[in-house]
Amino acid sequence: MRLRSLPPGPVVRWVPVLALLLVAVAGCAQHYPQTTLAPKGDFAQMVDHVFRATVRWAVLVFLLVEGALLYAIIRFRGRSDDPEPEQVHGNTTLEIIWTAIPAIILVIVAIPTIRTIFETARVPRDDALTVEVIGHQWWWEFRYPTIGITTANELHVPAGRTVDLRLKSMDVIHSFWIPQLAGKRDVFPGRETRIWFTASDTGTFSGQCAEFCGIQHGKMGFRIVVSDSTGFGDWAAAMSNATGPVTLAEPATALDSLATAGQQLFTTKACVGCHSFNAVTPPPGMVGPNLANVGTRKAIAAGMLDNNNANLARWIQHPQSFKEGSHMPDLALSDGEVQALVAYLRQQRVRAPAPVAAPQ
Amino acid sequence: MATSVIEQAGPQAHTRKAPTGIWSWITTVDHKRIGILYGVTAFFFFLLGGLEALLLRIQLGSANNTFLSPEAYNQLFTMHGTTMIFLGVMPLSAMYFNYIIPLQIGARDVVFPRLNAFSYWVFLVGGLVLNASFVFGAAPNAGWFGYANLTSTQYSPGLNVDFWVVGLQILGIASLAAAVNFFTTIVNLRAKGMRVLRMPMFCWMSLITQLLLLLAFPVITVALIFLMMDRYFGANFFRVSAAGDPMLWQHLFWIFGHPEVYILILPAFGIVSEILPVFSRKPLFGYAAMVFSGAFIAVLGFGVWSHHMFATGMGPIADASFGLLTMLIAIPTGVKIFNWIGTIWGGSIQLKTPMYFALGFIAMFIIGGLSGIMHSAVPADLQQTDSYFVVAHFHYVLFGGSIFALTAGTYYWFPKMTGKMLGEGLGKIHFWLMFIGFNVTFFPMHFLGLNGMPRRVYTYQPGLGFEFWNQVETIGSMVLGFSFLVFIVNIVLSLRKGQRAPADPWNGATLEWSIPSPPPEFNFAEVPEVTTRDPLWEEKRARGGHLPEPVRASGEGIHMPNPSKWPIIAALGIGVFFTGFLLGVKLPVILAGALLTIVAIFAWALEPAG
Repeated sequence: MRLRSLPPGPVVRWVPVLALLLVAVAGCAQHYPQTTLAPKGDFAQMVDHVFRATVRWAVLVFLLVEGALLYAIIRFRGRSDDPEPEQVHGNTTLEIIWTAIPAIILVIVAIPTIRTIFETARVPRDDALTVEVIGHQWWWEFRYPTIGITTANELHVPAGRTVDLRLKSMDVIHSFWIPQLAGKRDVFPGRETRIWFTASDTGTFSGQCAEFCGIQHGKMGFRIVVSDSTGFGDWAAAMSNATGPVTLAEPATALDSLATAGQQLFTTKACVGCHSFNAVTPPPGMVGPNLANVGTRKAIAAGMLDNNNANLARWIQHPQSFKEGSHMPDLALSDGEVQALVAYLRQQRVRAPAPVAAPQ
Repeated sequence: MATSVIEQAGPQAHTRKAPTGIWSWITTVDHKRIGILYGVTAFFFFLLGGLEALLLRIQLGSANNTFLSPEAYNQLFTMHGTTMIFLGVMPLSAMYFNYIIPLQIGARDVVFPRLNAFSYWVFLVGGLVLNASFVFGAAPNAGWFGYANLTSTQYSPGLNVDFWVVGLQILGIASLAAAVNFFTTIVNLRAKGMRVLRMPMFCWMSLITQLLLLLAFPVITVALIFLMMDRYFGANFFRVSAAGDPMLWQHLFWIFGHPEVYILILPAFGIVSEILPVFSRKPLFGYAAMVFSGAFIAVLGFGVWSHHMFATGMGPIADASFGLLTMLIAIPTGVKIFNWIGTIWGGSIQLKTPMYFALGFIAMFIIGGLSGIMHSAVPADLQQTDSYFVVAHFHYVLFGGSIFALTAGTYYWFPKMTGKMLGEGLGKIHFWLMFIGFNVTFFPMHFLGLNGMPRRVYTYQPGLGFEFWNQVETIGSMVLGFSFLVFIVNIVLSLRKGQRAPADPWNGATLEWSIPSPPPEFNFAEVPEVTTRDPLWEEKRARGGHLPEPVRASGEGIHMPNPSKWPIIAALGIGVFFTGFLLGVKLPVILAGALLTIVAIFAWALEPAG
């Protein structure tokens, strides 16, 4: 077998590869708030170890096998008038070897896999913070049974303490995914699933529904705020104090006149039929997200828009244009009405009663 | 020469004329014509599915894009998946089953030619019913695996899911009928001397595929019947409020769905295993290992369905078992890849277009296989599943794998099927555009998935870092789309004024190359007899390297089955039957359809066969 010259234009052939590498480098400079590759909690960390164990082998096998393929293509390139090559039908020794080597690699990959399966499936410790996660088309409800509060679309947890999530759905199947803290766990109607994690870093993280759940699956996100234990305690205490909207009746947090108009509209325009400001004993039958303390939230519209006046106005005025098919209707509000409602909602910032009680 | 596999020059009498005209195609029972019908129809649906994908890619080209409404996006991604699987890749494989299997085993047709025609017409009806949904603005919109309870009348009240259920039921009938036919054909109609371990690898992989179809499709049929019961008659299979269980759907669907993946890829394995030896001028390396690894993959394929469901929280024992079984599949798959490389190793590689695509297949399938192993590492899969990482994975398997191989098969067998060569120059341009476009489109999806982009989202917000790679992918998808324009131009030019194809343009090893291109209606004037795995190579060696061009025999005295109008009528009856459900369970329509099918089947049974 003679070694033939390379196929025409070897340099040209590598141009797309080089170009791809260049853009890959360019792409790495991006900021990815939903990345799985920078774990900030123990569960995600364990998953990441398994991922890195498999990806190492995958890259190695990729290089060896693609290398062998490329080498064979270049080395054994022939012409039609070449003599017939040796007619080899197989080689038992070789075939046994290349059956055995992948088997060995798989055993090496399987060991951390199995270990991590069992580690991540163990029951969290008794002092874990239990949170009930309830999936709705297309938003998330979070209940803290031990604290006695309910909130929506923004999960607050303390760093360093295990969070034990009990998940269920009110309608169809969803999947709860906080890439930086834990893997996915599907959320079923009529069946409780469970996942836990312990956040190691404080900060705000993004999550999103990962199981197709209808028209607005694409906009069913949420935020997770990880605070130190004091910060979490303050938040929980404030929430425990939120048994209704911030109103004129509370001199300490008196609303301005615009917000007062918003308070009226909230009732007259039927917002009140679906949304409650009571985080402690929300009235039954509320089909929309609980709005207790909504003025302090990072995001609105199920984690999709930053919580500021402009976004809130846009969302309230035309929920169907940003989130077509959402259960929140367009109420044909005037600009003035929208501004009043925005002012009212933005001022929903309940303070914790002094002294701050440590939540259990 | 008793063992000759070459058509001998018969008496030059008036050659038996193949009938022409539309009616001759509607009533045809010739496996070659049915193969061409499958191919043309499937290619049309494939282009439609590709067009749907391009629209999806345009929508995802920028953050918060409003090119498609969420509803339109959901319908298009559902139809893209459903179309590519059931109307694209499966029937493109069926084109080769039809056209090539009888030729490779030295048969004059399949065992049940009319059932074969029936399969095609039912497939066409199913494809048309599914796509008719677009006319009503109610294309299926619950994803190609249609998870319960989203598909219930409560959460999907429109016709969308009805079109999906009914379309899939019809297509299932086509697949089952075809599977019975090809399984029996391969078992019973092999040429004298063609023992099972002398069968061409494409026939072997096809045989295993038919077995998978026979075992997997009843499961989806049952699941779909459950869903129809729930939707039409208020049953409670998946209704949570009545103690039904949406998990039941997931198990049934994936018990079908995972073997379905092998139904899509095993024919591709077979095609590539035909092409590599011919263009390396060297027999397939490790023939027996190739057969048994294929069979092993098929058996294991029925034991890994729950790896699609790791995020459901099945518990550590189930997770570990399904994870390990999934890893096990990597071993026979690895054997195949190594044996393919072993086949070209030491060969005299002829880099013709079919070989480009076959080698491209190996290169891309390796990537899809490796990301598959990463999914089998269950904890890692909890991050990857339902993200763009998994979208990248299955496109490397089904596009980089199946589509590359099916395209290789087209360049390889097109001369046999049409009597015309496809252009080599355009073919290579097609390959490079497709290869580059494919990788630019799908490789970055790995990064997006790992960086937190879920699949099936109609848009994404700025600030998540998803813009850049999505934009790159959209550009790649345009290149990929363009490559198929080049392919179409190549086909049209070839059919119009292509170089005439000889019987054996590639120095082939198998029986289909021993007869003229395109073959006469009866394929073989004399039924061949084989003594080895590569009968044509043996023959050529025995005759000093070359064989004379086979002469077109008259075919006089060869008994071929009569054409029949009953298969298409039976298929129409099935269409009417299911349309009755679409109309809201209209009993008269349903009964009329059933009656039409039954009458047609009796008529075809009582009609003289030939």
